Amino acid sequence: MAKSDLQGSLDLLVLKTLAQRGRLHGYGMALHIQRASDELLRVEEGSLYPALHRMEQSGWIASEWALTATGRRAKYYRLTTAGQKRLAAAEQEFDELVRGVRAVLTAAYSG
Amino acid sequence: MGWAARVRNLGRRGRVDAEIEAELRAHLEMAVEDGMRDGMSEEKARRVARLRFGNPVVLKERTVGADAVLGLDSLGRDVKFALRQLKKSPGFAIAALLTLAIGIGANTAVFTVIDRVLLQPLPYPQADRLVALHLDAPGAGGLASFSSGLQLSPSMYFTFTRHNRSFASLGVWAPGEANVTGLAQPEQVHTALVSGGLLETLGVPAALGRWFNAAEQDPRGAQTVMLSYGYWQRAFGGKSDAIGRMLQVNNQPREIVGVMPRGFRIADHDFDLLIPLAPDPVNEQLAPFYLNGIARLKPDVTMAEADADLARLISVWMDEWTNGPGTNPHWYENWRIAPHFRSLRTEVVGEVSRMLWVVMATLGLVMLIACANITNLLMVRAESRQQELSIRSALGAGRLRLARGLLLESVTLGLAGGALAVGVAWAGLRLLVAAAPAHLPRLAEIHLDGWSVGFTLLLAVLCGLLFGAIPAWRYSRVPLMTSGTGRTASAGRAQQRSRDALVVAQLAIALVLLVSAILMIRTFATLRAVNLGFSDPAQVQIMTIAIPQQLIADERVVTRTENDIADRLAAIPGVRTAGFATSVPMDGNDPDWDQMAVEGKVYSSGAPPLYLFNYVSPGYFQAMGTRLVAGRDFTWDDVYGLRTRVMVSENFARQAWGSTAAAIGKRLRQYSGTPWQQVIGVVEDVRVHGADEAPPAIVYWPAMWMSPYTRPASVASQRTVTFAMRSSLAGQLGFIHQVEQAVWSVNGNLPVAQVRTMEDLYGQSMARTSFTLTMLAIAGAMALALSVIGIYGVIAYAVTQRTREIGIRLALGAPKQRLSWMFVRSALMLTAAGVAVGACAAALLTRLMQTLLFGVSALDPVTYAAVLVVLTVASLLASWLPARRAAGVDPMEALRAE
Repeated sequence: MAKSDLQGSLDLLVLKTLAQRGRLHGYGMALHIQRASDELLRVEEGSLYPALHRMEQSGWIASEWALTATGRRAKYYRLTTAGQKRLAAAEQEFDELVRGVRAVLTAAYSG
Repeated sequence: MGWAARVRNLGRRGRVDAEIEAELRAHLEMAVEDGMRDGMSEEKARRVARLRFGNPVVLKERTVGADAVLGLDSLGRDVKFALRQLKKSPGFAIAALLTLAIGIGANTAVFTVIDRVLLQPLPYPQADRLVALHLDAPGAGGLASFSSGLQLSPSMYFTFTRHNRSFASLGVWAPGEANVTGLAQPEQVHTALVSGGLLETLGVPAALGRWFNAAEQDPRGAQTVMLSYGYWQRAFGGKSDAIGRMLQVNNQPREIVGVMPRGFRIADHDFDLLIPLAPDPVNEQLAPFYLNGIARLKPDVTMAEADADLARLISVWMDEWTNGPGTNPHWYENWRIAPHFRSLRTEVVGEVSRMLWVVMATLGLVMLIACANITNLLMVRAESRQQELSIRSALGAGRLRLARGLLLESVTLGLAGGALAVGVAWAGLRLLVAAAPAHLPRLAEIHLDGWSVGFTLLLAVLCGLLFGAIPAWRYSRVPLMTSGTGRTASAGRAQQRSRDALVVAQLAIALVLLVSAILMIRTFATLRAVNLGFSDPAQVQIMTIAIPQQLIADERVVTRTENDIADRLAAIPGVRTAGFATSVPMDGNDPDWDQMAVEGKVYSSGAPPLYLFNYVSPGYFQAMGTRLVAGRDFTWDDVYGLRTRVMVSENFARQAWGSTAAAIGKRLRQYSGTPWQQVIGVVEDVRVHGADEAPPAIVYWPAMWMSPYTRPASVASQRTVTFAMRSSLAGQLGFIHQVEQAVWSVNGNLPVAQVRTMEDLYGQSMARTSFTLTMLAIAGAMALALSVIGIYGVIAYAVTQRTREIGIRLALGAPKQRLSWMFVRSALMLTAAGVAVGACAAALLTRLMQTLLFGVSALDPVTYAAVLVVLTVASLLASWLPARRAAGVDPMEALRAE
């Protein structure tokens, strides 16, 4: 049974984004998710930052301050080893969730 | 970032705040830049970004929330908020704090007493291995009392020590008094006679010098003595050269060999001097029984095994010893002696535990009532703060956060009350120790410690949670919409219901306490009305004098001296009569118990029963105010002539001969071979063991007699006697001075000890009852007051809540009395419910205090009826005031106000 729920999917998105893009700040992550999902997913700032801080405390991601391309100071996040393991687990859980939900939906249609 | 980092973040909230703010600001700026790049004006881009961003303060709070350990930091801020809230309503805060401080403080004080007296081990190493050698002897009559059982004899000590398999060590001791002379004024001091093995069993080393050695426990060995720490300080100024010095104890020089450490006691006995018991290993007899035994169990031996082991030794003891030629050692089988060992702590604590638990339960109940009242206050407050709560809820405070805030407020209140309570408990304990009620054992060990403070803390938090839980649960789920529009009828009703339930609970508890208090009051009244067998105790001065063998050897001279003292005392102006006896009522001293056979009577058990003996001088009964029922008092001619005359108590006369008049001239004797004694007088029964114990049958001997306890029988005086004199000046300092002068004019070497009035002794014997009574009366009064306030609060609140309804009813023509009655009736309904619940609880709970009662049943109908009346009247009064206000409502104003 997949532990993951839709709220947990924000963690997955953040972890995956960092795995694909390496070092990134919060704003960059929000933009990336929005673009990569063809504007289907918009990450609320209200959820993103608490999630980032929570994941940082769990040791999945680490942060440091650095300058952006435009010379602005921003807090950059990157994936840690624990975060990579967490990502693998989260991806699997999400797959199971999707399969499970899909199965229920198809069953409903055929029945 | 792990736990350490989170905790570290706690300490630098400012920096974390700033960092998060910077991060969020960077985000916002980047969004604005991107917006401008897409062609928006800066102003528009900023607005769009802000809209997406939401409330920056809330976002920051939530991000910070993820950073702190379980939100500990915001907890701190909630506490500050709670304190601010309390400061805003000082009246409420002070009332609640005082209630809590007194309630928790009283509970802490009693808990401390229970902890130190009942729970903490006695102050000896491995005290849990110490047992009191308690012997049951159902056949021994008054010689074996319920509390201390049959005491041990020196011969038992030898048999038990030599043959037991259960104890690592064993010793016996007996309390006593001795005269110390040669230091300053002659002084009577408390002693403990201790056998070999006793100090070894207790295991506390001497602070200075050493214990007694085996040679000093030989009756022909060196005469030595040990000092208590207190006596060493008092008599020798704590100088170490006291060791090796000689002390005149009962005119016998003894070498000081050691000093015991501060606070050392034997069981619960405070002593000045320890003296070797030095029993004779060869020539002891089976009797007498006057020693207390203490033993240390071997590591793997249980109490039951020790009982079985020693049970085997009882007949060995009868085989090994005798009471002299012609006596049957196995006669003691009639006594059915059986070991019934118990832990030393149980023996020391005795009956006090029941009383202490009753007091603790009582105060716990009062605390519950107090909590109920504070809950009610908090609920009313929460109601008035509904608007504030709705606004905070609308601003994004979650339900949990609101509930936590409310709970924090009550816990903060509880803790503040608890802090004050420590002071109350400290003062209370000081008072308690100073008053020394009811012969509380281990009193010296009572003091506030970490456990007490921990208990206070626990109680404070528990109380806080208890009285905070209901309001927190009820008011944290305020619907958003109710904020401005006022309360809905249904919400109001639900809250009224919880307040009603609280009042019913309060009333029930108050009923239990009031019933207990009135039961104690009736017990006390019954006890006061009991005929004690002596009169006007406040006018009877008593004091004790002991004449040691070494001071006056001749028995006749001893009695002569005592006679002289009695005469001098009677000559003091204002003294009507004076006399003396070996024991006075309620002094806790039974001079002797022995069998007494009535002439011509056949005893079914084979042996006559044991009776209490007392040895009295002519005039003693008159001084004590004990009525002569038939015959006459002793005369000095009876005493000096060693005439075979005795007096008996009224119940003895009725048992033996059917009436008091018939007793005169009848004869009785101890056992075959002793002379017949003729009864010359009968006196009324005396409650020598306290007002609540039936008077024993007593045989009174003259102050000097032919003692059958020596072979051959010999003249024996009473060397320790208590003088009693009747005077209206009793107890006054000048009078006591005259008494001392009178004694010293006869013999300057006699210390005057235990100078008291009979009222003092009587008060002491009533102490347990009056202490319990006082505690319960205070608790009952507090409970009643709190419940009345509770009822008043609920009804008054209901009246304000329903002002509009009242207005409408009045406008429609409802009579004012009907309206008042409506509220009074609801108060009476609450009272009825409370009384019903409380009566059931009281019927169950008061059974626990049956042993504290005297002459009144725990289900005494008068008591229950009285409490019912008191509670009904109280609730009528409490509801009448607000109900009258309801009737006084002006309909126009009530309706306009809404």
